[in-house]
Amino acid sequence: MEALKQELKEKIIAVLNLEDITPADIANDAPLFGEGLSLDSIDALELIVLLDKDYGIKLTDPKEGKAIFQSIDTMADYVTTHRTK
Amino acid sequence: MNKGVAITGMGIISAIGNNVEENFHALTSGQKGISPTDNIDTVHKGEIKFGEIKKTNAELIVELGLPPDNNFSRTALLGTLAAKQAVENAGISDVNSYRTGLVNSTSVGGMDTTENHYYEYFEKPETVKYIAAHDGGDVSQKIAEELGLQGFVTTISTACSSAANAIMLGARMIKAGKLDRVIVGGTDALAKFTINGFKTLMILTDSYNTPFDNDRKGLNLGEAAAFLVLESDAVVEKEGKKVLARVIGYANANDAYHQTASSENGEGATLAMKKAFEVAGISPEEIDYINMHGTATPNNDLSEGRAVLRVYEGKNVPDFSSTKAFTGHTLAAAAAIEAVYSVLAIQNGVVFPNLNFKTRMNEFDLLPQTEIKHKNIDKVLSNSFGFGGNCSTVIFSKD
Amino acid sequence: MGKTFINGIGCVSAQDTVNGFPSEFIIDPSTNYLEIVKPDYKDYFSPIASRRMAKGVKNGIVASTVAMKEAGNESPDAIITGTGMGCIEDSDKFLKAIIDNKEEFLTPTSFIQSTHNTVASTIAINLGCKAYNFTYVNGAVSFESALYDAKLQLDADEAHSVLIGGVEEMTEYTKSLFKLAGFIKPDDSGPHNILEADTKATVFSEGATFFMLEDERKDSTYAEILDVEIVNKLTPEEAAEHAEAFIRRNNLTLHEIDAVVLGYNGDSEFDGYFKAVAKNFDFAPQMYYKHVSGEYNTASAFGLYVGANILKSQQIPSDLKANDESRPAYRNMLLYNQYRGLDHSFTLISV
Repeated sequence: MEALKQELKEKIIAVLNLEDITPADIANDAPLFGEGLSLDSIDALELIVLLDKDYGIKLTDPKEGKAIFQSIDTMADYVTTHRTK
Repeated sequence: MNKGVAITGMGIISAIGNNVEENFHALTSGQKGISPTDNIDTVHKGEIKFGEIKKTNAELIVELGLPPDNNFSRTALLGTLAAKQAVENAGISDVNSYRTGLVNSTSVGGMDTTENHYYEYFEKPETVKYIAAHDGGDVSQKIAEELGLQGFVTTISTACSSAANAIMLGARMIKAGKLDRVIVGGTDALAKFTINGFKTLMILTDSYNTPFDNDRKGLNLGEAAAFLVLESDAVVEKEGKKVLARVIGYANANDAYHQTASSENGEGATLAMKKAFEVAGISPEEIDYINMHGTATPNNDLSEGRAVLRVYEGKNVPDFSSTKAFTGHTLAAAAAIEAVYSVLAIQNGVVFPNLNFKTRMNEFDLLPQTEIKHKNIDKVLSNSFGFGGNCSTVIFSKD
Repeated sequence: MGKTFINGIGCVSAQDTVNGFPSEFIIDPSTNYLEIVKPDYKDYFSPIASRRMAKGVKNGIVASTVAMKEAGNESPDAIITGTGMGCIEDSDKFLKAIIDNKEEFLTPTSFIQSTHNTVASTIAINLGCKAYNFTYVNGAVSFESALYDAKLQLDADEAHSVLIGGVEEMTEYTKSLFKLAGFIKPDDSGPHNILEADTKATVFSEGATFFMLEDERKDSTYAEILDVEIVNKLTPEEAAEHAEAFIRRNNLTLHEIDAVVLGYNGDSEFDGYFKAVAKNFDFAPQMYYKHVSGEYNTASAFGLYVGANILKSQQIPSDLKANDESRPAYRNMLLYNQYRGLDHSFTLISV
């Protein structure tokens, strides 16, 4: 699980082009949207594609992302239970 | 009331018709132009529908009498066709007999040819001619060339509000006495670029778009071109021109909220409508029909609906509909085709139906006009909004 | 009728222009592409804020910030940009992704950012500016269209301040296509003489130049914009006649023009336009600038930057002189540009 969380952080930094941010800067339980990293709806769409491409998880409604992308913890939980690759 | 600027000609090609008459017939008989694509080789063929014009590029080239070695993009082909119709409709024989300009608009320009040849340019020398056909300006140069126009030519690209802004600039130039006559409008062809772009935003419906419906799932992309001829009152008088309608109000405002999404309360849209009323010198109650932007995305229709309610606070909202269920969302051309529809609404005293509507939205009590309605129409307000928070309103009036 | 003054300028180009008008210019005749001098972006926005910005957007933000700061005005009544090619870095990126991934696994960012009005809308969002926001995309008159629109509003007192700018960016792939199409001179074909061209095509570059236009003269004023005209297509002879008529229409005689700024770009095929216009002004100091800025659709905004600085300083840098004429004082200046025989612009500025 810890390895997956680290992996997710690295991927998020890469796909969202978060220069100057390291995985250590992102706490597992910190909110990704709103406060914290202050990500927005476009970032959410990027993360939806990340789930599809790297973990074989297809979301059809962008609203589903809201709960999944609350924090690294929630994201890792979702990936663990739903991944197809 | 502001006297406005005279509209003396119009031309259009869209998924519901190859000229003004065909478009009017489809609008009044409820025939939508949404279908699977025949012309585009996309992997999404089976899952989504489009407001596609069924003519192929080869057919358009023959119709326009272009030489075989031309490098017209589909955007330029459609634009030229519609612009020529508009000039003919205005009874213009010598386009340069007055100071005449062209204000075109497009969002993708020649992307349709670029995406077909992108990796081929180095292997197929016969495709190299299309490199110069990529940018928006090339589309306008080609239209001007085909019209034989020498003068002020420019192109606006503010995403899906583009053509409204072209109409606005043209009207302002006539008012300022900079031009005697100006051809204004927009053109956009379907392209894999925009199909996939809107798909990544997850705002394409897998069915027929349903503007202002509670269960709306998104838009159908479309393609179209339309142009209006605007002329100064001096030219109208001298030539004894028939005035189809007038552009009396216009405004552009920015939502300054988000790169793609509209603000929750429709701030930019509200500002655009309010300013357009000011320019027109009329009050909101004087509007008989609103042709909404109404793309049928969850975000747009909510934001636009709220903006309309803000503008009509304490007043009755006029009859309104979105014609995008007929044509799909034709991006930069949308405001141009809807300008033609607004003029048709005035000329024929008809409110076009908002197709595919079933359920009122939860957020507010707004019901679009779902059946065709005949009544006297003096003034029409047309909204168009685009990426980058670009919000535009144009108001048309009976002469 | 309102007047139009240039009260602030910001410029990102192949020269060190972010920090003011250079006293010396980098001139490299050997290359067919001039790299820009990159500003220190971190001085203008945080990495998080710029995570989606391509080069052109970044340069546009820097240039517009500098222009507004110099004019001491961060709330323009309108924001108007011009860009011939638009945001091609993101447009190339998205198109490549579509083709390479066969329309799968695409993400929205580059699509969103590829829209032509990205720079104008990003500025609006950053400023919270809800005013008029337009973007023109008409080849070499993209910038002049923005200028024209701004002047229309200032003339009519519909606006008191308008932020305008021209932005262009280049990508490696587009560069290779432009070489293939014969728009950029072939690699290793130099040295290139921009003024006395003997080969076709041009030396390219990219850049962003913004101007804060206001209806009042103030300490930071560079020049007044008297008039601007745009014509889609002319012959060289017609261009020369047009320049004359344009000046007369502004109640000036040819001899009242103290300097002419011409868009010579080293393309022997279309140089005749500049020569034809120049001929009528052989008595006046003439300048060129694309040997220091490179050619791009909005390079003429760099030309206006040069002209405005010369009127302000009353000095013509020797690197930019196209002839040996000089004047004790520079009052009225004509700028002329075209690209490949299309998109002609005539701009008249004054002290």
